[in-house]
Amino acid sequence: MPTRPWLRPSNAVTTVAAALLVAGLGGGLPALAESPEDKGFEIAARSDRSDRGFTDSVVDLRMVLRNQAGQEAERSLKITTLEIPDEELGDKSLVLFDRPKDIDGTALLSHARILDPDDQWLYLPALKRVKRISSKNKSGPFVGSEFAFEDFTALELNKYTYRYMGEEVIDGLATDVVERIPRYENSGYSRQVSWIDQEIFQVRKVDFYDRRGDLLKTLTLLDYREYPGGVWRSHRFEMVNHQTGKSTDLLYEDYAFKTGLKDRDFVKGVLSRLR
Amino acid sequence: MSNPLFRAAGCMLAAGISVATLQAVETRADGLDAVRVSGEIGVEGRLFVHNPQFADQMDGLQPSLFGETNLEWEDDAGVHQVTVTPFFRIDGRDDERSHMDLREAYWRRVDDDYELLVGLNRVFWGVTESRHLVNVINQIDQVENTDEEDFLGQPMVNLTLQRDFGRFDLFVLPGFRERTFAGREGRLRLGLPVDDSAATYDSDLEEWNVDFALRYAHFIGDWDVGLNLFQGTGREPTLETASDGTRLIPHYDQITQAGLDLQYTTDAWLWKLEAIGRGGQGDAFAATVAGFEYTLFQVVESDADLGFLAEVLYDGRDGDAPGTRFDNDLFFGTRLTLNDVQDTNALLGAVVDWEDATTSLRLEADRRIGDHWRFELETQWLLQVDDGNGLAPFEEDSFIVTRLTRFF
Repeated sequence: MPTRPWLRPSNAVTTVAAALLVAGLGGGLPALAESPEDKGFEIAARSDRSDRGFTDSVVDLRMVLRNQAGQEAERSLKITTLEIPDEELGDKSLVLFDRPKDIDGTALLSHARILDPDDQWLYLPALKRVKRISSKNKSGPFVGSEFAFEDFTALELNKYTYRYMGEEVIDGLATDVVERIPRYENSGYSRQVSWIDQEIFQVRKVDFYDRRGDLLKTLTLLDYREYPGGVWRSHRFEMVNHQTGKSTDLLYEDYAFKTGLKDRDFVKGVLSRLR
Repeated sequence: MSNPLFRAAGCMLAAGISVATLQAVETRADGLDAVRVSGEIGVEGRLFVHNPQFADQMDGLQPSLFGETNLEWEDDAGVHQVTVTPFFRIDGRDDERSHMDLREAYWRRVDDDYELLVGLNRVFWGVTESRHLVNVINQIDQVENTDEEDFLGQPMVNLTLQRDFGRFDLFVLPGFRERTFAGREGRLRLGLPVDDSAATYDSDLEEWNVDFALRYAHFIGDWDVGLNLFQGTGREPTLETASDGTRLIPHYDQITQAGLDLQYTTDAWLWKLEAIGRGGQGDAFAATVAGFEYTLFQVVESDADLGFLAEVLYDGRDGDAPGTRFDNDLFFGTRLTLNDVQDTNALLGAVVDWEDATTSLRLEADRRIGDHWRFELETQWLLQVDDGNGLAPFEEDSFIVTRLTRFF
């Protein structure tokens, strides 16, 4: 489920450190060329690492769903995230829906894992019921949008293997192009290609290829803004499905960081009192 | 509230409040005193397809109007919360189904170490789909629906302690709510109407007996577990024919009940168990619901999910306890979730008594229309009914409900 799309803290500091160490040693030994896999990982890790130490965040966003005919439907929701420093665990997050009004108060709690399935609980306000749900559904659409569940949850560095593909200038930005292949089970993607800029190391664009290897979707990340502590967030995500012609935009309000949230705010018991 | 005129006037007032708040849609005052207003108002048509079984019962279409408003306030620090949720229904055919209720009206303090709630609230416990066995805090608002998923607001003081090893809830429940029953003209009732003004109790304090409950809930890996204890006035009444032979008198016993709910979640499987032991209604007895839900995600390369559910129901109560239809039954169901923009869902379920073959079928489906409306279809059919089964009085009461609700 949605945590902070495309912006995750590194959960592999030691791996990163090792990679940097290897890179450093490699610098002194010109005979050892860096493999595309190492370089791809290094670029992804640098991007991932730029997000560390955000502690917690709260953000309101609007989701605009568009069909082939251009008809729009909207959702509004709040995403609250707790950074978990332990490298072997993922972050914890709460998604609370406000609109459409018939799902007002519906909430989803996720405890992300790296390669194991996430723990997820859904709160249904009509019955005041909390239901533990299966998180096997990685590739299904999230609330009818062009975003799949895994597009929100699978952002931990170690959920992929990487390969450096080269450099490219997009929209006037010099970027590194890195291919990533999901390591976790039940992904709907055979591979993804990401464009990471060379200035602030943020993901600017991603192409998603389906299980057959055909281009399925393109995500463009726009309106990056810097927050105190050097944390960058995109405030506009545009996902286009090339096979259906449908699209979904995510429009973020300003983030609040370090709001003092604790582990205890991310337990299933709080779902019925969220506001 | 037994005067139908008074009740209707009350409902009209509640309807007026709902309409007024509807006009204040999504208005939020700025600053400290921000009150969040949301809710719903809708029309329902319930059509009974067969002629009634008992004298005076209505025939054909039962139209009604219903609404609920949710007023929420929270201070800037998020420490104090106040919620008020009035509900009403005005029914065209059954006076007993025209009613209003405060589903919620509470103040809650959220402290670092504890939460305290004082007022009326609804609480739901449990994991299974066919029966909500461990869910004992709230009285069922039975005139609303047959699925035992509508509840009356329960007065309570609820202290919650969240610790690393689980969540503890202590409930003190002063003030008992009687179950609602269809009136003389209503369908889905027993052979005689229930006279709820004549209810009797084990407790000398009658409806003012103070009940207590405790709950512990936690999860460990793939396991979610809940344990609870209840001591007080049982929510299920026994119904005895009055000496004049024209009505049923509800009697509410003092009971002690221990409950367990357990779910194991793995891959696309949810394995579920609810079990209770209860004393105070005839001989002490146990009852269980156990089963699974398995989901095929993105079935046949579509966006839709198709789920399969099965549950086994057992109830060991004797003739001195309130009757139940779930004594020795099997539940089978299938759930279709389209995952489309309109959130289209359907759940089809059948409950079969393996001793007398009594079989009921139920379909629930709903779909959003535009941004603010939802259309629902509900239908329940009794395919085969044994004369000795608890469902026998409802043999002719198969129905189709259509409901259109506006959310704000």
